[in-house]
Parts: sequence; structure tokens; C-alpha cells
Amino acid sequence: MLLIHCPYCEMERPEIEFRYAGEAHLARPDNPDDATWAEFLYLRTNPRGMHAERWRHIHGCGRYFNCLRDTVSDRIAETYKAGEARPTTLSGKGAA
Amino acid sequence: MRFSAFSVIEQGLKGNRGWPEQWRSPEPRASYDAVIVGAGGHGLATAYYLAKEHSMRNIAVVEKGWLGGGNTGRNTTVVRSNYLWEESEAIYEHAMKLWEGLSHELNYNVMYSPRGVMMLAHNIHDEQVLKRHVHANRLAGIDSEWLTPEQAKAFCPLLNIEKNVRYPVTGATLQRRGGTARHDAVAWGYARGADRLGVDIIQNCEVTGIRRDASGAVSGVETAKGFIATRRIGVVAAGNTSVLMGMADVRMPLESYPLQALVSEPVKPIMSCVAMSNTVHAYMSQSDKGELVIGAGTDVYTSYSQTGALHIANHTLEAICELFPAVRRLRMLRNWGGIVDVTPDRSPIIGKTPVPGLFVNCGWGTGGFKATPGSGHVFAHLVAKGEPEAIAAPFSLDRFRTGRLIDEAAAAAVAH
Repeated sequence: MLLIHCPYCEMERPEIEFRYAGEAHLARPDNPDDATWAEFLYLRTNPRGMHAERWRHIHGCGRYFNCLRDTVSDRIAETYKAGEARPTTLSGKGAA
Repeated sequence: MRFSAFSVIEQGLKGNRGWPEQWRSPEPRASYDAVIVGAGGHGLATAYYLAKEHSMRNIAVVEKGWLGGGNTGRNTTVVRSNYLWEESEAIYEHAMKLWEGLSHELNYNVMYSPRGVMMLAHNIHDEQVLKRHVHANRLAGIDSEWLTPEQAKAFCPLLNIEKNVRYPVTGATLQRRGGTARHDAVAWGYARGADRLGVDIIQNCEVTGIRRDASGAVSGVETAKGFIATRRIGVVAAGNTSVLMGMADVRMPLESYPLQALVSEPVKPIMSCVAMSNTVHAYMSQSDKGELVIGAGTDVYTSYSQTGALHIANHTLEAICELFPAVRRLRMLRNWGGIVDVTPDRSPIIGKTPVPGLFVNCGWGTGGFKATPGSGHVFAHLVAKGEPEAIAAPFSLDRFRTGRLIDEAAAAAVAH
């Protein structure tokens, strides 16, 4: 089970307090054609390595935030508030 | 050497020292007519049918690890075809028909055992959904029937149908032709069959890149054992499909999740069927070794860790203990995870890609094992001809753009 730091509550809490909400930083396109809409709805990076993803603290503050996690080790590198840019200190390639 | 009663007795008398190796371990050639990436059941079946039915003998299967060492060796071996939609029924029933003759086809005992698969209902919603499945299956000519709790108990005496539990059994569907098969034997049988037809199975040979020519079409694969030229690549890599397709700049509608299974210590025969429940996230059968084989749900977040979270397995075991109280005191021997590639509609992708010469067979999610023969059979056709046959056509990658999804998600998202 993951220990996740909620950037709003500023506490580390067990994974079951949270709900996973998929890949982060996917912007809804304006006036999309079918291909762009399909990309937004369905296509995912699904990286083997560092993954930017959304979590929601459903049994806490209830807010969405973002998280950088290595999908090979499941180690969380960093969590940050919704709306903030993906931290650039960590490469997207991951360190498996 | 063919397996027969005679050869078994002969080898038995000779101390079993005369069995030849079942497949070669060749070094890769400089080029092949087609390269299949991934030597799991689906990839090996693809190679076998390419060689047998499409006369393509100059082909290779390249594999990062050992053949059959991924999800093929990690699944819970359930075989069934009682899906909801016509497209799914067609492809899973195609596989089921191949299962029925597979041991003879391969001259290899895959231990297909049509012992019956029961799917349990626990409330009115389950009953409605499962009865809808029964009706849809029967319209499609697939055997499926509805059982009362008492009939389910008669079919599976281990099952608890008391009302004093959190999720009492209120009924069940039964597909009698469903059952189990020996997962390793499927990989080994297809590997042996493909090898005999001239297919090179190259293990411990990770693909590190997909090379393309000026027109954008594939021209070969970079591997741990050097470059292999080919104009046709079939990616059959389950959980690692997104990574491989990324090498050709194709983004996939896939997410990879750990899916767990467990086996108990071996006991005498106590269960002669497969019982599964989507509502309480658990299913169980007994292997021929006597171990109870238990399947859990997926983790909630994407991962390539091949483990899975403990609370997911605990949740499943709680459900198992309630459904089958007789097994409460059994100890679990092993617990492991495989990485399953899940599509948004929980149906597989068997199709062409935007890259000429690159084909993909993926997205089988939590339930790919049962489809192994059918999947390999239709994918071989696609790789050989460049166009899918009718059964495979609805499972195109393009369906996510056109919106013609095959939505098995609501009905069977947990236990396949």
C-alpha cells in the first residue's frame, strides 16, 4: 500500500484514503475533431517509469492533486497541487 | 519426436533420457519475413498459425525473457466464452472451438478441462446483468444456463448459499463447456509446434527500438542481439505494449495495471468447477496439483511492478472465505502479480496501426488467457494478409476514433 502525501492536508496518509484518477495534465481540447477527441478521451502515455497522475483525497480534504510516481518501483517522487506545472527536476524517463 | 502412448512407454523403459529438446534456441538471422514481439501464448500461437496456415516459415518470435514467463505463466487458467456482445462472443467462441481440439492439433496435452464455469449473482442487479448474458449467449448459440442457489450448490458443493452473509448467493450462470487449461503447456505446445514448422524463437532478446524507412513503414527491430530487418512486425506484448508502440511513436488507448493471483497449499479434490464473482471480486478453481487457484482484482493505479497491493489480495480472500467457508484455514503458498494492459472498453485491440507494417494484438486486460488460440489465429491472418478477417475486424484500433466501442466493461470488468 502506498503512503501518499496530500499537498493540501500536508500529511502522509495510506493509499485507501485516496482515489486514483488517471493520467495528469491532459487538457480538454477546444473544438476537437474526432481524432483529437479520441486522443483526449482514450490515448494514454502509460509509461514504464515516471508517471504524472491525479489522485483525489476522498476520505480527507476531498481535493484533487497531482503526483509523480515511478511505475516500476511504485515509489512516489513528489506530490503537488492541481494547476501547478509538472516538476521539471525529475525527468519523464524515470529511473527504473 | 511425436508424443504417443508408445513413446511414453519407450522412454519410461529407457529412464526418460531420450527426450529431445522441445524447441531450438537459435541466434537471430539478419532478416525475417515477419517478427512477432513477445513469446507468450498469444505471440507463440500467432507464429504457429502464421507458419501452419499462411505458409510463412521465415519468421521469428523475439522475447525479452523466457517464453511463457509473463502473463501466460501468471494467470488463473480460466477458459470460457460467455461474453455479452456479439463481437466478443464471436472471438471468444472461436477460441473455445480451438481449445476443444488443441491437444490433438499440437500433439501436446494442454489439459483443457471443460469442468464448467459458474458466475455468481449476489443481488438483483447481478441477476439482471447475468441473465442478460445467458439470453445473449443462447441467441449466439453459446451454451449458458441460469441456476438457482440450490442448483449452484448442487453443482459446486463447496459453495456457501446461506443467507446470513454480507453478499448471499442469489443465483448463478453456468457455462458447462468453460473450464481450465494448463497455462504453461499452452505456451510450450505452441512453441514446440511453431519451432517444428521452422519458426525461430529467440529468448532473452529484448526489443529496444523499431526502425522505420523514409516512407514511415517499419524496416526492422533493434534488439539486445542486434538489428533484425523485417517489413512486418506483430507486437503481442500485453502490459508492455505501450512501451513498444512508443518506439514507433504510436500512442495507445491502454493502461497497464497489476493483477494478482494466489494459490493455496495443495489439498485433496474438493472443487470440480470454476466459480467466480464479479461483485465480491473473487474467483477460484482447483488445479490438478490440488492447489486452490484464486484470482483477485487489479490494483487501482497503473504500474509495471508485477506485485500488486496487499489490501487487494486481502479483500479477495475475505470474499473467498465467505463464499467457501471450508477453505478458511488453508494457508496460501504463493501470491504474484502480472501486468495487464487494459483498454477503455475492456475489449482487445487486434489491428493495423498508423505505421505501415506494424500490427498490434493487445488490450486483453484481465482475461486474455482464454482467448489464446483464437487470438493467435486471427492475428496470424492479419499479419499475413495485411487485413483483418471478419471476426477480428471490429477490434480495430480505429474504433476509439469512430466510437464503435465493444463495451464489456460494465458487465465483466473484474473477473475474466
